[in-house]
Amino acid sequence: MNEPSALPQLASPPAPPPAPMGLLAELTHRCPLACPYCSNPLMLERAADELDTDTWRRILDEAAKLGVLQVHFSGGEPLIRKDLEALIAHAAGCGLYTNLITSGIALTQARANALADAGLDHAQLSLQDTDAQGADRFAGSKDTLAKKTASAAMLRAADLPLTLNAVMHRGNLDHLEAMIETAVHFGAGRLEVAHVQYYGWALRNRAALMPTRAQIDRATAIVTAARARLSGALVIDYVVPDYYASRPKACMGGWGQRFLNIDPVGRVLPCHAATTIPELVFDTVHEKSLAEIWENSSPFTRFRGTHWMPEPCRSCERKEMDWGGCRCQALALTGDAAATDPACSLSPRHAEMFTTAQTEAAAPAPKFIYRRGGSA
Amino acid sequence: MSAAILDATSTPSLARGVKMRFDEARQQWLLNAPERVLMLDEIAHVILSRCDGEISINTLCRDLAVEFAAPQEIIQADVMELFQDLLHRGFIRI
Repeated sequence: MNEPSALPQLASPPAPPPAPMGLLAELTHRCPLACPYCSNPLMLERAADELDTDTWRRILDEAAKLGVLQVHFSGGEPLIRKDLEALIAHAAGCGLYTNLITSGIALTQARANALADAGLDHAQLSLQDTDAQGADRFAGSKDTLAKKTASAAMLRAADLPLTLNAVMHRGNLDHLEAMIETAVHFGAGRLEVAHVQYYGWALRNRAALMPTRAQIDRATAIVTAARARLSGALVIDYVVPDYYASRPKACMGGWGQRFLNIDPVGRVLPCHAATTIPELVFDTVHEKSLAEIWENSSPFTRFRGTHWMPEPCRSCERKEMDWGGCRCQALALTGDAAATDPACSLSPRHAEMFTTAQTEAAAPAPKFIYRRGGSA
Repeated sequence: MSAAILDATSTPSLARGVKMRFDEARQQWLLNAPERVLMLDEIAHVILSRCDGEISINTLCRDLAVEFAAPQEIIQADVMELFQDLLHRGFIRI
């Protein structure tokens, strides 16, 4: 698994990258929920260490200049930050398209209106399940479904375009049809059917979350039918999860090619799980400009493009389509971040990945392990 | 709720949450949409700039036929195909 990736690196230094399209601004790791599939790191950053408002304003200025088109305010729960409206207004003033990724917990109508007034372009609301008990269990919280239903109504009353984000797994995948109906009922223009991705906290709960192949096949058929039935009324985003796929996905649209992610303390990451890769040392917004980090910092150049690829990736005709898939997954499952993504059927570890999924999905679901003291 | 059906009398406009802008960094027009960006070629930009939710596809194509001195049927076939795709992907509404 240890290909000599230093050789091609020396032979051809990577070309300057295109301008990034999107900035994921993780304002905080604090969150009122404790979802067992949380993709945030095992160790969360503390509130006292979070970037302040002025630093975020400077980042937004730099991002717009660098060519970023959209900023996604995320977390944790970004509503916890009292300066959220100020940051949205600043981003809108820079010409950035602003997106809020929220659990909707603790939203009020006044806050929803203030977000819209600040210039928010779009909100993405998560929903854990259409069943009230399930929603509480999958969010590690109380009255989740009722609170989210109310939040959806508030966002719509503030005239904000809405996407419903449904993270799906073995426990709720059989409620997919109800989830689609709920998206329509909430007045969402878009539904993201997002299968759990197994990194961060989610990897710990993988066996409790892994769906069966039969569940996936039913879900795919339901989405295909709903897309036809609701064409022009509801957009449904859906991809088959990696453990049951035969080719990897272009994670983040290619490492260091389309997105940058800034974590609550100001580290600049190629993807929000990149801190799981121990060999990477991240620059922060305190030390360097965003442009310098995007173009030259080693975590971005390490896996940008194709120079780092081992075989069979290096000679694969799809290498500039999937850009080698997911580095964090390669590390988590093979111990080597530069290995072929096991989601690819050409990976020597692919069969093992598929077997793991099948075995875990067929066994009774173990109890969830919840984050304790999830909010710092 | 059911699928929206597009025909020549439809009056398209950008869908909710979709904004058209010129991007200085890339020197091109594009659509910013919820968590997606669509780069526009010149023709798509010309067509979408005229979509105000009032002008019908018929009228739009008649105008384009005159301006570009091309047969309306041919223009209309292309324009309908573009709108059908944009509608299905949620970039416009009718």
